[in-house]
Amino acid sequence: MWTWAPLRSWLASLITSYWADPALNAVQILMVMIGLILVMAFYTLAERKIIGWMQSRRGPNRVNLFWVPGLGQPFADVVKLLFKEIVVPADANGILFRVAPFLTLIPALAIWAVIPFAPQHAFANINAGLLYILAMTSMGVYGVILAGWAANSKYAFLGAMRSAAQIVAYEIAMGFAMVGVLMVSGSLNMGAIVESQHGGPLSWNWFWLFPLLVVYYISGVAETNRAPFDVAEGESEIVAGFHVDYSGMAFALFFIAEYVNMILISALTVIFFFGGWLSPLDGYLPASSLLAAPSFFWFGLKTLFPMFGFLWLRATFPRYRYDQIMRLGWKALIPVTLVWLLVEGVLIYYHVGPWKGHP
Amino acid sequence: MFPTILFFVFSAVLLAAALGVILARNPVYSALLLVLCFFNSAVIWLLLNAEFLGIVLVLVYVGAVMVLFLFVVMMLDINLEELRKGVAGYWPLAVAVAGFVVFAIINVIVVRHLGGAALRAAPALPPGYSNTRALGEALFTRYAYPAQLAAVILLVASVAAIVLTLRRRPGVKPQDVAQQVAVNARDRVRIVKMASEKRP
Repeated sequence: MWTWAPLRSWLASLITSYWADPALNAVQILMVMIGLILVMAFYTLAERKIIGWMQSRRGPNRVNLFWVPGLGQPFADVVKLLFKEIVVPADANGILFRVAPFLTLIPALAIWAVIPFAPQHAFANINAGLLYILAMTSMGVYGVILAGWAANSKYAFLGAMRSAAQIVAYEIAMGFAMVGVLMVSGSLNMGAIVESQHGGPLSWNWFWLFPLLVVYYISGVAETNRAPFDVAEGESEIVAGFHVDYSGMAFALFFIAEYVNMILISALTVIFFFGGWLSPLDGYLPASSLLAAPSFFWFGLKTLFPMFGFLWLRATFPRYRYDQIMRLGWKALIPVTLVWLLVEGVLIYYHVGPWKGHP
Repeated sequence: MFPTILFFVFSAVLLAAALGVILARNPVYSALLLVLCFFNSAVIWLLLNAEFLGIVLVLVYVGAVMVLFLFVVMMLDINLEELRKGVAGYWPLAVAVAGFVVFAIINVIVVRHLGGAALRAAPALPPGYSNTRALGEALFTRYAYPAQLAAVILLVASVAAIVLTLRRRPGVKPQDVAQQVAVNARDRVRIVKMASEKRP
């Protein structure tokens, strides 16, 4: 299997071996960050292209790269945003207005520390990985609230209030869905959660926890403030919601955070319900086959499906009304999770399904 | 050695932030500094290997309680000048309360011989020890009844809070969602078929 050892020894020969581990960590973090930002950049392009095709349009097709029309669009966007002036409104709270975009982006990136990309490949293989994810996702709301408040504008403030109420509401449903996953794996460690699903597609969690999968994905869409739950930035009512007054790169940071969070929710859906880096061909091909082995390839491939789902939802559904969002969160999703947790408890008690060998 | 330095750094930030909470003039700053306080105490718990408690502190207080706090603080138009007017007169009471709290804390440290406990490194844990599991076992076996009791009290408190703040205003027209869902296209849209007319 592929390891970091050669790179580490090379780094140790460059600098002293005492600094080799921190340097290796820095290299790994940089790799993930750059990869993530690139995926995010092309995700925005994919969004515009796919929604365009779904609506019988062509999407971005002016900026060519490698003779592919539209492929250079993300880079053109970056250049445009970089050269725009960042305007701070005169009556805004200067410090919080500048800090807010970072408070949104930093938690979004920090969560990737516990994501298991491949067997034995996570930065921090901590015991309480699931709790860490819950804690960090709930941090992201601060940036949104502070941005809305600091801008000293009514539209921004309304957007921030909506977003805060929505995220707090859907976090509960999301947490309950994670409890269901936890009951299968018996561990809060992300690697252990993936390991507990081994044995082919039917032993992944989606089969026995299907209601929880639906609840988790819907709450994920709501948590990232994406359509059809994007009332926090509902253009038709409150201009652009919490980031009305942001321009240039300050706006881009919110944008990056939103897309990184979408990729994250997709990755977590795969880890919790679709076996993370486990191969779907496991059990159908001989164990020595490369395609049956767990690897990053499967993790990345599976993550693309929920990511596509985000775009599909946006192209398909009209925006929810605010009271309907609250109703769905509190009166539909939370009861569904509670009932299914009860069912799961009964299944565990009678050793049905994946709990056959459960003590 | 290194954890001790970290402990002092985070404790210093914690104390500074705690002071900031009561000294800041802007209530939003106070709330944010309280968030910083929670973070630092979470880190100190992590240094003591209490990872579950540390992360749950962030999850519950920072992720939910303080968000709602900020929500309220931002929504209310608090006039600080008016609030501050009478405060100076209460200083004897404030000193008395503060003195009592300090006395109680010192008492606990002396009586239970906790002096220096914070400076010692946390005891080494056996391999494979998960303090989430340990806490769960204690909570669901030994302390099952107290935990249930606390949960019921919390439930009663939240129901009471809702009942106290619920006011029924006359004249509001909320949507009946069930009725909205039950509507058929037939009841709303009438498609009229008619022959095309001759051009004049």
